[in-house]
Amino acid sequence: MTLKRTPLYEQHLAHQAKMVDFAGWEMPIEYQGIIAEHKQVRAAAGLFDVSHMGAIMISGPQAEELLQLLVTSDVSTAHEQQVVYTLMCTEDGGVIDDFIAYKFSSDKWLLVVNAANKDKDLNWIRQHQLPESQVDDASDDYAILALQGPKAEAILQTLCPDDLSRLKPFRFLPESTVAGRPALISRTGYTGEQGFEIYLAPQDASHVWQELLRAGGEDIAPIGLGARDTLRFEAKLPLYGQEIGPDITPLEAGLHMFVNLDKEKFIGQDALKQQAASGPPRRLVEFEMQGRGVARSGYPVQKDGRTIGHVTSGSYAPTLEKNIGLALIETAYAQAGETIDILVRKRTIPARIGQGLFYRRRRRAKK
Amino acid sequence: MEIREDLRYTESHEWVRVDGDRAYIGITDFAQSELGDIVFIELPELDVELMANEQLGVVESVKAIADIHSPVSGRVIEVNTDLEDSPELINDDPYGAWIAVVEMSELGEIDSLLSAEQYKNFVENQ
Repeated sequence: MTLKRTPLYEQHLAHQAKMVDFAGWEMPIEYQGIIAEHKQVRAAAGLFDVSHMGAIMISGPQAEELLQLLVTSDVSTAHEQQVVYTLMCTEDGGVIDDFIAYKFSSDKWLLVVNAANKDKDLNWIRQHQLPESQVDDASDDYAILALQGPKAEAILQTLCPDDLSRLKPFRFLPESTVAGRPALISRTGYTGEQGFEIYLAPQDASHVWQELLRAGGEDIAPIGLGARDTLRFEAKLPLYGQEIGPDITPLEAGLHMFVNLDKEKFIGQDALKQQAASGPPRRLVEFEMQGRGVARSGYPVQKDGRTIGHVTSGSYAPTLEKNIGLALIETAYAQAGETIDILVRKRTIPARIGQGLFYRRRRRAKK
Repeated sequence: MEIREDLRYTESHEWVRVDGDRAYIGITDFAQSELGDIVFIELPELDVELMANEQLGVVESVKAIADIHSPVSGRVIEVNTDLEDSPELINDDPYGAWIAVVEMSELGEIDSLLSAEQYKNFVENQ
């Protein structure tokens, strides 16, 4: 199979990126090194190509009604130019995908979904399509850049006529410009830093990419998917296929705040209500390694020699400078202070369950 | 990518520096560059007897895990414990950051390892 390339492929090569296959796309995993890139984003700003993400447009008079049926959160309360993070479940409460949804109006919503799930999502959405709704694959209409980090706003502001300080988290400007090119700008991201995602026509992507790097000078660098993963992990943001998936419910993953069990009806509601009532059998917990070793996704978690779950994500956390992880384990053991064993290459290494182990950026002082 | 003339190499990207019957073992510049930022190393136990190609240890980068093999047979007589706290030394100076020293039981094995020239050709054809 031929790997797909984003409009920024040539830019990645120009920056000596190490390219890999990611969900069928030839993408940059790193440029100067994952740890350096990770720290760059936490300290200043980083520019990511996330054009591989899928985009699904739902439109028509019943667009919002369809979305409301499909997702776990109540989207009827969303304002125009608001972005909603939400999850789409099967009848049994397993997660089909998690995504952010952009509300242009009640009859126009844009879903930005995981690249690997796009076809599955489209099939599922079309199976439930309502007569006055239209579902289109809009992935080829957009190149997507993420500009993240404490200096992101200052850099983007030099190229954008709109006052970005007025753009709140999870809001977007549908018709702005960046470096003179039409752009949708949202204050969203997947790094735990403040920042933006910028949607462009594919033919404008290289120009805007270069202009942002020029405008940011020493404060900005291109960042690969490797650091994107360590950044999201260190900020405890869930990754589909690890913290959530077809056999993990949002409640097990601790995503209660994105599940509105009281809304009128959504697919998976009955199963999730039942699980909420009886208590989820497993919980996602934070842990820190007590012995030497790196926990990795899929490693078994044991207690007194018995397997009680598995690691969903684990890594050296570059900003925190420690080895931490997330694990999905039997609820009985999901207590802060509890010691568990991580099975690393046939050896067990102790880890302690905690809370607040992960990265939280310091908020700016109120003006 | 640096390949030093005075070292011998393996197709699994270890280097060996021979000093009498002692073999200093590390991983090559190519290996560290492919792995990316190294965040963990598992060293062998002292006094362990290894056959050539047996597992000597493990290096882990942010994204990958790689076994290190002993290019030669013998007994582990020294390990570089500095790497436990600072595994990134392997990225910074792959040919300075030796991982372990093996007292060789079969000195002739060295001759079967790759020369710098052979390793260079091997890597270029990867």
